[in-house]
Amino acid sequence: MNGPEHDILVAFAKSWGLFYLIGLSIGVLVYTFWPGNRKNFDRAKKSIMDDESGPWA
Amino acid sequence: MISTLTDTERQIALVISGLLSLVGLVLSAAGRHDPLGAQGFIILAFGLSGVFLVISGFHLPEPTEKRFSHYYDEPIKAGIIIAMLWAIVAMFVGDWVAWLLAYPEMTFDAAWASFGRLRPIHTTGIIFGFGGNALIATSFHVMQRTSRTRLADQLSPWFVLGGYNLFCILAVTGYLMGVTQSKEYAEPEWYADIWLTIVWIAYFALYLRTLARRKEPHIYVSNWYYLAFVLVVAMLHIVNNLAMPVSLGSSKSYTVFAGVQDAMVQWWYGHNAVAFFLTSGFLGMLYYYLPKRAGRPIFSYRMSIIGFWGITFFYVWVGSHHLHYTALPQWVQTLGMTFSVMLLVPSWIAAANALLTLNGAWHKVRDDATLRFMMVAALFYGLATFEGSFLAIRPVNSLSHYTDWTVAHVHAGTLGWNSMIIFGAFYYLVPQLWKRERIYSPVLVEVHFWLAIAGIFIYVFAMWNSGVIQGLMWRTYNNSGTLAYSFIDSLNAMHPYYIARATGGLLFLMGAVIGFYNICMTIRSSPAAAKTRNEQPATIGQSRLRPGE
Repeated sequence: MNGPEHDILVAFAKSWGLFYLIGLSIGVLVYTFWPGNRKNFDRAKKSIMDDESGPWA
Repeated sequence: MISTLTDTERQIALVISGLLSLVGLVLSAAGRHDPLGAQGFIILAFGLSGVFLVISGFHLPEPTEKRFSHYYDEPIKAGIIIAMLWAIVAMFVGDWVAWLLAYPEMTFDAAWASFGRLRPIHTTGIIFGFGGNALIATSFHVMQRTSRTRLADQLSPWFVLGGYNLFCILAVTGYLMGVTQSKEYAEPEWYADIWLTIVWIAYFALYLRTLARRKEPHIYVSNWYYLAFVLVVAMLHIVNNLAMPVSLGSSKSYTVFAGVQDAMVQWWYGHNAVAFFLTSGFLGMLYYYLPKRAGRPIFSYRMSIIGFWGITFFYVWVGSHHLHYTALPQWVQTLGMTFSVMLLVPSWIAAANALLTLNGAWHKVRDDATLRFMMVAALFYGLATFEGSFLAIRPVNSLSHYTDWTVAHVHAGTLGWNSMIIFGAFYYLVPQLWKRERIYSPVLVEVHFWLAIAGIFIYVFAMWNSGVIQGLMWRTYNNSGTLAYSFIDSLNAMHPYYIARATGGLLFLMGAVIGFYNICMTIRSSPAAAKTRNEQPATIGQSRLRPGE
């Protein structure tokens, strides 16, 4: 198991692993702070406050 | 229960119960020279009970179309009661093994009563029996409410709940007979693991099918946390339990991994069981029940989203901090340590979000013990995650690893965070689901709360003390460069702390028993909605509406 296989795995993890996590973080932040989403989020957090009256038809 | 199933669902239930009985029969025959035989009989008995249950209600009238205007709450009610039963059994066994550590002679010379067999009954009973049933029950509640829709069908919630509890029963009865694959928190053997996989896929499918029927366009963040819990636990369970049974008539199996790879897979599983079983799903609970009980929407919905992705993508890397100073490559250890420290950010986002939601409602926290349970849960979540990040740092770990400090940390999390949020959610849910005006005795909720608080503090402080003392005694050298203390010296030093810990656990157990009594008495008390029901037959099963709603 040692030698090239291990080195390739480490190189892959240290490069692409890093890039995908950074990419993901940027994506999440953009989605979260996208001005157009604000209205939906505000509605979503308030909508659970009154949900006991049964399923909507 | 059967009266709520359609005719087709009753037939399918009968077929499933019959097949399960058959599997039980085959296993009990094939494993007659092995503990597997006894496990087969349990499966057989479970399957036959299902057959009789379905037959007993088979000719009841089918539910009408009206059911679609109500949430399906029966499996949630069952799940709450089952979770409380598991809590009491598993906390009792936990306290038993705690006394066993102080007085090891109390095993009656019986193999089943040894520490090694009882301790996994405590951990499985609490994490999977208590925690798992609470997660399943509350997820059924949250997914219906936030989606404004009924569960996708009536049978699969019962299959998930019943099947899951069969897994838990197989697990704990197996331990008593010495059946274990010796992987912490994944002790159940291959047949139980295969069964759990089937149940879990049904659970995941039910969740997605219910969400697909949703009437509320946005999927509320609690559902994300619950879904991460269901999906990642499936992945962890399948990979960590890849094993080859000795034969189909044997309960013993061997894992496909070996050496350090096996250790890494196990702790990738083990820590993510903490992350996705005991954190993600419970944050789903926190983000729903805390705002509901406080009567205030969550402080920041955006923070909850950032926290969600942070927790999901950081947690999966941290398992290797369980293997500091081992044969695991140094860079993998460092990776686990780094991600553990980074994890503090999304963890505190969640804790802060919960506490900031309460900011402005502190008078409610003061007056309402149910909400106080949830507030304390958020505090201990913040505390335990800070401690966890700290303990994952390699030099700190060199002091804390293998000591009672780890036990203190785990119980700050499970007692202070997981149990407290469950009790808070249950006290909120019980009067509402059973349509009672209020809980039977608010005074007993207070008593439960303070017993739980006292128990946690005694337990955690005792274990912090003993853990640090152990760690220091094991690394103290004398002038000639040899260890100053023998292992048995450190063991003797632990004795008073072990008595304190068992006492703290006893207080916590007493609180849970009182809680269960209070829940049962609430269910038995006369329904508050009875009057409304007689006046307006059309609203049976619906929650009481106030004018204007």
